[in-house]
Amino acid sequence: MRFLELDRIDRRWIFLVVGLLVLIPLLWPIGLPIVPTTPVRQYHDAIAAIPDGSTVLMSCDYDPASTPELGPMAETSLRQLWDKRCKIVVTVLWNGGAAVVDQTIEHVADEYRARGVPLKDGVDYVNLGYKSGNEAVMVLMGQGIASAFPRDQHGRVTTQLPIMRNVTDYSSFPLLVNISAGYPGTKEWVQQVNSRFHLPMVSGTTAVSTPEFFPYLQSGQLRGLLGGMAGAAEYEVLRKERGAATSGMDAQSMAHLFIALCIVLGNVVHRTRRKEGASS
Amino acid sequence: MKREIPLFLTAVIGAIVLAGFFVPHQFISVPADYFQRCAVIVVAFGYALGGANLVRVNLEGIARRHPDWPYKVVLLVGMLVTLVFGLFVDRAKFQDPGTVSIWIYDNIYVPMNSTMFALLAFFIASAAFRAFRVRTAEAALLAVSALIVMIGRVPLGDAIMAGVFDHPGLPDWVRHLRLEPLQQWIMDWPQNAAKRAILIGAAMGVMATGLRVILGIERSYLGGSD
Repeated sequence: MRFLELDRIDRRWIFLVVGLLVLIPLLWPIGLPIVPTTPVRQYHDAIAAIPDGSTVLMSCDYDPASTPELGPMAETSLRQLWDKRCKIVVTVLWNGGAAVVDQTIEHVADEYRARGVPLKDGVDYVNLGYKSGNEAVMVLMGQGIASAFPRDQHGRVTTQLPIMRNVTDYSSFPLLVNISAGYPGTKEWVQQVNSRFHLPMVSGTTAVSTPEFFPYLQSGQLRGLLGGMAGAAEYEVLRKERGAATSGMDAQSMAHLFIALCIVLGNVVHRTRRKEGASS
Repeated sequence: MKREIPLFLTAVIGAIVLAGFFVPHQFISVPADYFQRCAVIVVAFGYALGGANLVRVNLEGIARRHPDWPYKVVLLVGMLVTLVFGLFVDRAKFQDPGTVSIWIYDNIYVPMNSTMFALLAFFIASAAFRAFRVRTAEAALLAVSALIVMIGRVPLGDAIMAGVFDHPGLPDWVRHLRLEPLQQWIMDWPQNAAKRAILIGAAMGVMATGLRVILGIERSYLGGSD
């Protein structure tokens, strides 16, 4: 029976189908409707609730591997914060991520500059760059942001930057926006900073790690949560933007559907084979 | 003394840092803050140690003509080139646009890092077809939940279900059978309950291990068998 031979299909055919299912919707978007879910609304509302012009801490803990998923979240968060004229202090706890985060910040800042909003590095935002030490850095920042990051991503002395004049420790921020791909990330920020220094926080995480953070959302330790590219796309819809996440959702939908089909088909073949084996 | 001094240091420093969480008095908080600053420096030394170890292991592999030795050469050459440009050419400005270090980062590190992660989609699809076998009732429950969450969390699943369940002739309660609310229920209740249990269990384990280290009962971090 040819159907049963699907079990021995060359995996390269599966790879080809996945490749096409991802590629085609990226080239010709379907435009599937995206409805924002409650955790995403909470994320958006938590940022909307902070006073205009506040200085916000944003920790972008990811590297290039997670950028397609987390980059759009970071971009939309930066836009929402800058629309509120907030100043943004960015930190990175992933050693491969500082440069890619810097490019994301500059990309969004350039959009504003092109629209005539004169955002200045060091005045309206600063990327303090990468610091090794994981949770120890988070605790050290509680003693003083500048003592944990004496120089920024570009080697400037942190205490001499205008944006840092009113920044001492966590008490200087009304909110922590964390974009996290894993360890160190959201879990550690909740445990070391939210619980200890009582700094309210929202988080955007990769889809694979999102389920881990639902208990923190339910307990109120997280004020909002973006889960993977779907969360990023819902956030873009709330902000009435059409960014990379919205475009990527069509491709992700097709890939999910195909993987679900693979699970069902694989099991049908497996059960049929077992039944045939039992009857013969 | 080779074991007693590290055990003593671990016990004292561990106890002070732990007490720092509960006692705000300067006799505790000042040394606790100091030890935490030291921790950041110690972690940074880990990178130097890791780099030296990487060179040693790979040089040995090349010398013994290990089957993968050409890859080890590529690794070491890549490491050396990046280090040389970072330390001696770009120096303090190595993270600024236009430097060789950033060129290496943008054109080599970023594409390779992204490619490795992107390959996951292909392997998951292949593994889903071959490995996700429903052999028991528990496995069936897992597979059905996975399918509901997987399809319910993307717009396509909701769009398909909307066509079926949003028919004006159907009663209101039928709408709750759509995949989106179902997957949200799975994430909010069964998933959350299990995750909480795991988190609390793991936290208790961490506390127990921490106490064992401070009290000198757990000594495996010193090396050896005990």
